Amino acid sequence: MKFSKLGIIAIMAVVGTYVRAIFFTPFDALQGPAQKILYVHAPSAWVGLYLAFGLVFITSILYLWLKDPKLDRVASSSAEVGFVFTSVVLVTGPLWAKPVWGAYWTWDARLTLTLFLWFIYAGYLILRGAIDDFEMRARFSAVIGILGALLVPFIHLSVYFFRTMHPMPVLLKPSAPSMPREMLITLVSSFLALTLLFAWLLRERYLLAVDRDAATEAGS
Amino acid sequence: MPPRAMVHRTPGVLASALAITRKDLLIEFRSRSVILSAVAFAVLAITIFFFAWDPTAVASVDLAPGVLWVIFTFSGLLGLHRSFGVEQPTRAIDALLAAPVGREAIYLGKLLANLGFVIVVQAISLPAVALLYNVPIGGYVLPLIGIVLLASVGLVAVGTLFSSMVVSTRLAELLLPLLALPFFVPVILPAAQATARLMNGRPVAEVSGYVSILGAFDVVFLVVCTLLYPYTLDQ
Amino acid sequence: MTLAPAEGFSVTATDLVRSFGSRRAVNGVSLSLAPGDCLALFGPNGAGKTTLLRMLGGLLRPTSGQATIEGVALPGGAEVRARVGLVSHQTMLYDALTARENVEFAARMYGVADVRQATQRVLQRLGADSFADVRVQSLSRGMQQRVSVARAIVHEPSVLLADEPFTGLDAGGASALTGMLAGLRDSGAAIIIVTHNLDEALSLCTAAAIMRDGRFVRLDSTPIPARDEYTALYRELSVDAS
Repeated sequence: MKFSKLGIIAIMAVVGTYVRAIFFTPFDALQGPAQKILYVHAPSAWVGLYLAFGLVFITSILYLWLKDPKLDRVASSSAEVGFVFTSVVLVTGPLWAKPVWGAYWTWDARLTLTLFLWFIYAGYLILRGAIDDFEMRARFSAVIGILGALLVPFIHLSVYFFRTMHPMPVLLKPSAPSMPREMLITLVSSFLALTLLFAWLLRERYLLAVDRDAATEAGS
Repeated sequence: MPPRAMVHRTPGVLASALAITRKDLLIEFRSRSVILSAVAFAVLAITIFFFAWDPTAVASVDLAPGVLWVIFTFSGLLGLHRSFGVEQPTRAIDALLAAPVGREAIYLGKLLANLGFVIVVQAISLPAVALLYNVPIGGYVLPLIGIVLLASVGLVAVGTLFSSMVVSTRLAELLLPLLALPFFVPVILPAAQATARLMNGRPVAEVSGYVSILGAFDVVFLVVCTLLYPYTLDQ
Repeated sequence: MTLAPAEGFSVTATDLVRSFGSRRAVNGVSLSLAPGDCLALFGPNGAGKTTLLRMLGGLLRPTSGQATIEGVALPGGAEVRARVGLVSHQTMLYDALTARENVEFAARMYGVADVRQATQRVLQRLGADSFADVRVQSLSRGMQQRVSVARAIVHEPSVLLADEPFTGLDAGGASALTGMLAGLRDSGAAIIIVTHNLDEALSLCTAAAIMRDGRFVRLDSTPIPARDEYTALYRELSVDAS
C-alpha cells in the first residue's frame, strides 16, 4: 500500500504521541495508569463528534444547495471515519470509567450524546447501504446529516437534567489549565495527531469513493 | 375550436393538507388494521409490565410513565410506517405528486394524519394505564395532555419525514425505527420525566423546563422537516 | 411535425435531455402537439419513454432543453401540473376507498370548483357511475382502469399522458379504454400514449414515434403508414441493431 506524504506524517505523529504518552508522560496522581486512556479518548471525541460530524453537516447542506457529487463523497467518507472514531470513544470510555468510577456505563450527558451520535452515524451508513441510486442516496444522506447535527443541542439539553458524572473540563477553564505541563503537551499533541490521522483517513476514503463511483458509472 | 382546459384555482396549503389528512384517516378507518395492531400492542405492554412488576419494590406510580411512553413510541412507529406505505401498492403517490398540491401540504397532511392516529392510541392507553395501575390523574389531566400532545407533535414531525424516505428503500421496516429512535430520545426523555413528576404529585410549575424543551424541539423540527421534505422526493 | 412556436400548442419540447449521473435517459427529444393530437410512443424497454412522460408531467426536472405545456415553460411547478393528467399501468387509486371517493379526492387536489358535480360528471362520462360507490379493491382490473382515467381527467386537463395504460386489460377493457381516449382526443386534449399495443394505439393516434436510447428514431404524422408496414418498421428499429 502506497503511503502519501500526509499518511506518513499522520502515522509518525500518532506513533510519536503515543510513545510519549506511554513512556514519557507521568501518571496521574489519583487515577493511575488508567488515566492515560484520556490521550485516546478525548481527541477521538473531538474528531468523531465535532470534526467529522461538523464536516458531514456542512457538506450535507452544501450538497442540497449545489448538488455536487464531490460533496456527497466527502460527507460519506467523513461519516465512515467519524463513525470509527466515535466507536473508539465508546470503547475507551467504559474502559476508563470502570477503574476510575467503578461502573462501565452511566447515563451522563456526554456519554449519552456520544452513544446517540453513534446511532445516527450507524443509521446514516445503513441508509446509504440500502439505496443503490446515487442521487437518491446522496439526497437522503444529506437530509440525515442535517437533522442529526440539529439534534445534538437537544440531546445535550434533555440529558442536562440528569446529574453528570463526567470529569469537569480541566483544559478550557477561564483560569489556567490545571494539568501539569508534561501531560498538557502530550494531550495537545494527541489532539493534533488524531486530527492528522482523520485528515489522512478521510482523504484515502474519499479517493476510494471516487474510484468506486467511476467503476459503477463505467459498468452501467 | 376545442375548449381550453379550465385551470382551477389550486387550493391553499392548509386546505390541501386537511384533504390529505382526511383521506388518510378515512383509509385507516376503513381497514382498521394498523390501529388494531397498535391497540393490541398497548394491551400487551400494559399486561407484561404488570406481570413483570414487583409491587413491593416499585410503586405503581413509578411504573406507569415508562409503560405509557413505551406504548406511545412503538404504536407511533406502527402508524408512521403505514403513513407512506399506503401510497405504495398502486403508486398513488405519483398521482399526489403530479397534482398541483404544494409539497409542504403533502408533508403537513401526512403529519396531521399520523398525529390523529397517535392521539387515538393515546386516548385509549392513558385511561387504561390510569385505571389498571391505580394512578389518579384527575388533578393534572390538562397539563398531562398538554405534555403528551407537545411530545407527539415532535415525534410525528420527524417520523413523517423519515417514513417518506424509507418507504422507497430496501430494509424499510428496519430503517424507520433505527433512524427515528435517536430523534425520539430528546422528546421522550423530558416527556417521561414530566409525566413521572406529575404523577408523583409535583406542582405543574416544576415541569415547565421540560415543556420548554419539547416546545423548542417541536418548533425547530417542524420548520426544518417541512423545508427538507421536498428533498426526499425525486426531482 | 415541425418545431413550431409555442403559442396554440398543447405540448412542445426542444432538445429535451434528462440525465441520471452520466447516463442520458432522454437524449434530445423534440416534438409539438396541438390540441386534439394524439402521439403514440413505441420503443423497447429502457428507451426513456417513461422518463420523458414524467418530465412532461412535471414530476422530473429536465437536465437541459426546453419544454412547454400550453405555453407554460417546464419546470413550471404547480402551473404545469394543473394542466396535465397522468394515467399508467398502475391505477394510482386507494384500494380501501370507493371509486367516487378516489375521484373526489383527486378533484380536491386539483382545486376543482364543484367537487361532487365534477366527479359525478366524469364518472358518468366514462360509464363508471354504476359502480361508483364500490371500493376499488372489489372492482375488476378493467373497471379500476376506468376509474383511474376518471381520476386523471376530473380536472379537465389539456394534456393527458398515458404510460402503458393497456397493460392487464382484456379485449373488452382495452376497447373501452380506446373509446375513452378517443373521446378525450376529440374534445381537444393532446394525448401521448406509451404502449406496446400497436393495434389500439395506431387506431387512436394522429402521430406515431419510435424511441430508442433516449431519442426518437422515427416520427410519423398523419397519414401514419399502414399497420403491417409499421409493424415491420417497428420491429426493425426497436431490435438492438448493435
